Amino acid sequence: MSIFDGLKFRNVSSPIHKIDPRAKFIYVCVLFVIAVLFNQLIPLIILFLIQIPLVAIARVRREWLRLIKGSIFFATLIFIMNIISLYFYGNYPSFAYIIEHSLAMTFRFIVLIESFSLFFLTTSPDMLGLSLEQIGVPYEFCFAFTTAIRFVPVLAEEAQTIIDAQRARGLELEGGNFIRRVKNYIPILIPLIVNAIRRSLELAETMESRAWGASKKRTNIYVLKMGGRDYLFILLSLVMLLLSLYVWMHVKIPYLTQILQM
Amino acid sequence: MIEVEDVYFTYPNGVEALRGVSLKIADGEFVAIMGQNGAGKTTLVKHFNGLLKPTKGRVLIDGVDTREVSVAKLSRKVGLVFQNPDHQLFSETVEEEISFALRNFGFNEKIIRERVNWALNLLDLVQYRRTSPFMLSGGERKRVALASVLAWDPKIIILDEPTIGQDSRQKERLRQFIIQMNQQGKTVIIVTHDIEFVVECEPRVILMANGKIIADGETREVLTDPDLVSRSSLILPEITQVFMNLNDLGFPREVIDVYEAKRLILERLNGGIKK
Repeated sequence: MSIFDGLKFRNVSSPIHKIDPRAKFIYVCVLFVIAVLFNQLIPLIILFLIQIPLVAIARVRREWLRLIKGSIFFATLIFIMNIISLYFYGNYPSFAYIIEHSLAMTFRFIVLIESFSLFFLTTSPDMLGLSLEQIGVPYEFCFAFTTAIRFVPVLAEEAQTIIDAQRARGLELEGGNFIRRVKNYIPILIPLIVNAIRRSLELAETMESRAWGASKKRTNIYVLKMGGRDYLFILLSLVMLLLSLYVWMHVKIPYLTQILQM
Repeated sequence: MIEVEDVYFTYPNGVEALRGVSLKIADGEFVAIMGQNGAGKTTLVKHFNGLLKPTKGRVLIDGVDTREVSVAKLSRKVGLVFQNPDHQLFSETVEEEISFALRNFGFNEKIIRERVNWALNLLDLVQYRRTSPFMLSGGERKRVALASVLAWDPKIIILDEPTIGQDSRQKERLRQFIIQMNQQGKTVIIVTHDIEFVVECEPRVILMANGKIIADGETREVLTDPDLVSRSSLILPEITQVFMNLNDLGFPREVIDVYEAKRLILERLNGGIKK
């Protein structure tokens, strides 16, 4: 199981899974806006914490945790970069503030990952395609989108076979300097890309021979319908957005460092 | 010498592909590994060059445990040709494709040129020397993949489904040079469903089902056993089917060879005429 499983649909039944993808999408957008709005640590930590119950309700804790663990590398990178740049170019009264600000930026990143992960873990690609379609995106695009997602595991498996085939011909992937390592990946990437293109052409042909796109007016077996729960979810998201906007405009958020020093 | 000692293998996703496989293949043997889809054939041969390491048990190549040496090192001895050529072709020309492995193994330019020419000739690919492998037909790509492995002259050659996509003439050529290589002392292992092809080659046959070996013996003995053959989702060779039906008339059941069949029928006919 790789960290990408944290962005892959997990088919379990939970209240969060049942929420309309569009409602969840609005929630993700709201969270995105709020996370970008604030650059203080306290609100970002709150934002991080309020999502944890949702993850628990959605029963995807394990996958979610794995993704968070996997993102630690980038989070650390962001943290260090912030410290370095703020140390040299920022004008903060003390080093504690620099750390607090860098932590805030790191948490912003984690909050974004967290909400995307929650969205993708609980929304099946088919539902996603369907909801795109029902907000008016042309069917061709929706189909391309869901197909792309569906083929990711296939490509991953194929990549492994190609690696095996080339290793059987004496290719050594480990060792060597940077340029050599990059060069080593050419025999793997070319077959992978060529096969992907070949497969997509074949897919197009087989689909056309099964009359894909024959009728312009297409109907779906499943029609997404927003229910009370979905509206409630959207409402909560919007309330959260309004509240944050209010706080952002009218409340001066203290630094954690200040509080601790008092 | 390949020694497989009570090998179990489970894929990371939990699929148990090999369940206690033991087997010995001596130098210079010619072996066909057969069995239904998902029986573990490809998984087994991937153990021979160390691409997969046993979860339990061990695999020894010339006495060396595959866990202890790199795949590259083992591949020098054990050449594995994958089923689908598209999983390995990447060069701009057929010639470069064939020299890829030779360069990996560090041969010098002169030898590389010689070996490439030899392999091109062997597989009837000389006219495609400077063609892009991607422009070739499926069967030709398959031969390029084969040439690219044979070129470094490994001691043990494993062919995974070599007959797929080949017309009868190419199959016959393939059969001839497999036998030729075997006569030159190479160990040849083929993984295949093509029972008619195997019958014509008459190798030692290993049948697999559900990650286990269910039979191991001579072609005639294994492939004329209706029970074993059906357990491997295969169908008896056509000639054998005919003779099974003729059994009432006193013909033997275990016939796999066309010439033998002809001889038996002629004998019977002559006998009949004499009466």
